[in-house]
Amino acid sequence: MTKIWNNYRYLILRRFTQIGILILFFGANVWGWKILEGNLSTSKIFGIIPMSDPYAVLQMVAAGAVVATDLLLGVAIVTLFYFLVGGRAFCSWVCPINMVTDSANWLRRLFDIDRAQLQKQPIGRNARYWVLGLSLIVSAFMGIAAFEFISPISMLHRGIVFGIGFGWAAVLIIFLFDLFVLKNGWCGHICPLGGFYSLLGKFSFIRVHHLEENCTLCMKCKVVCPEKQVLHMIGKESIPVLSGECTNCARCIEVCDDDALRFSIRDFIQNKKTGE
Amino acid sequence: MSNHSKAKQPLSDRRKFILNMARGVGYAAIGGMVWSAYLDEAKASPLVLRPPAAIKENDFLKTCIKCGLCVEACPYDTLKLAKPGEHTPVGTPFFIPREIPCYMCEDIPCVPVCPSGALDESSVTVDGHLDINVAEMGLAVIDENSCIAFWGIQCDACYRACPILGEAITVEYSKNERTGKHAFLKPVVHADACTGCGMCEQACVTEKPAIFILPREVAMGKAGSHYIKGWDKKDEARLKDAHAIHTTTKVSKKEAVDKLNGGLEGLLDD
Repeated sequence: MTKIWNNYRYLILRRFTQIGILILFFGANVWGWKILEGNLSTSKIFGIIPMSDPYAVLQMVAAGAVVATDLLLGVAIVTLFYFLVGGRAFCSWVCPINMVTDSANWLRRLFDIDRAQLQKQPIGRNARYWVLGLSLIVSAFMGIAAFEFISPISMLHRGIVFGIGFGWAAVLIIFLFDLFVLKNGWCGHICPLGGFYSLLGKFSFIRVHHLEENCTLCMKCKVVCPEKQVLHMIGKESIPVLSGECTNCARCIEVCDDDALRFSIRDFIQNKKTGE
Repeated sequence: MSNHSKAKQPLSDRRKFILNMARGVGYAAIGGMVWSAYLDEAKASPLVLRPPAAIKENDFLKTCIKCGLCVEACPYDTLKLAKPGEHTPVGTPFFIPREIPCYMCEDIPCVPVCPSGALDESSVTVDGHLDINVAEMGLAVIDENSCIAFWGIQCDACYRACPILGEAITVEYSKNERTGKHAFLKPVVHADACTGCGMCEQACVTEKPAIFILPREVAMGKAGSHYIKGWDKKDEARLKDAHAIHTTTKVSKKEAVDKLNGGLEGLLDD
């Protein structure tokens, strides 16, 4: 039992926050709970504290909308939170699509689909930044928040709270895409919201830290990591994972049997010395 | 020869970078056009009915953040968030009056909760108080061909259902020439009072409602500002600050003389 907790503690906590947030939203719509109302686009905690998706509001600005004070306040709160905690903590601790792509990835490992698929990944990990830029251009051009109209993330969380309609098809597409077409395809290559949070979390404080002297080079961490390019230091250097693309999902910490990875607060003084 | 050696040389970093950027721009151009084409279709929804105090549809689509707080505030479950597959811009709030009309709550709970300004409280505020009677969600339109009151059968379901009874819908009496002894009791909608709540549409007794709500943009024409109701003091007041614009075209005598002196070639060309 302790072994299960040890090996899956962060995964369990992540599922708990992901599902818990959806339950609170659902309860607000169906039973009138006042704890967390709205959805992941914009919400209110206890009917007072506003929270808004900064990327959605950015698209609205690009589209030429007049943004209300409530939204700006909500954006400030969310931006500050993820700026400090690590932007892509949203991806692994809040976003419901994470459960879809994690299960696709799990099946991929289970059936060894990686080894059956020999050709190179056709899209690079920088594609998300292109999609991010493109979404703003299309928003400006079409006069609506472009990604919000096609976002499978929004379709899923909105669908769970307010009824999903054909939104399940978008979720199924993501699942099949990640399972058969591209490993970590949606979250790790295309999703512009992930790209946005990667940029936002570049300077955040909570980091995974590698201790090279403990590492036995088993590479279990790289197998489970959805953004394995951020773990380039494994077995080489004792430094923190500094890429904003790290989602702070902590799967690497759990699978490491040698205590070579752990969470730490980013040490700015040390970084200064090494010239980071 | 030159081609041959080129193929053997590894690409320089600069060339690689430029080619990759060009590839990115190409992908983005394809993606951007497909994306825009889809959005153009997806946002076209001329017949959708919005919550009270919604700003103009074009602005509404760019301002609404799709949080659903208005939907949660609606006590009658009138408002819904559009799901994929409903042919309504996805995630935006709307209502279908035949199913559940707007019951015109006096405190209009759906409007003040809107965080984005897509529902504009000031448009339903009169003298500092919320007033649902000035909302303009749509306009009731009557199809006289299928309305049984226009056939001469007595029905005043819509008139009775109207929350602004006697103002938004009135009943007009006229003689039924067919029977010679009965009256037509025809419902008439008045656009200045009708809010488009849709209670008439829900109450209508015909199989498919003979009175139904359309967005005001769709249901109404526009006379243009150059028509003024002279008998209406308010409308007539528009003339007060109006001033005529005198346009004079300068006539050049010299040019006319030059033209005549220049021979007739130009004139005879036609």
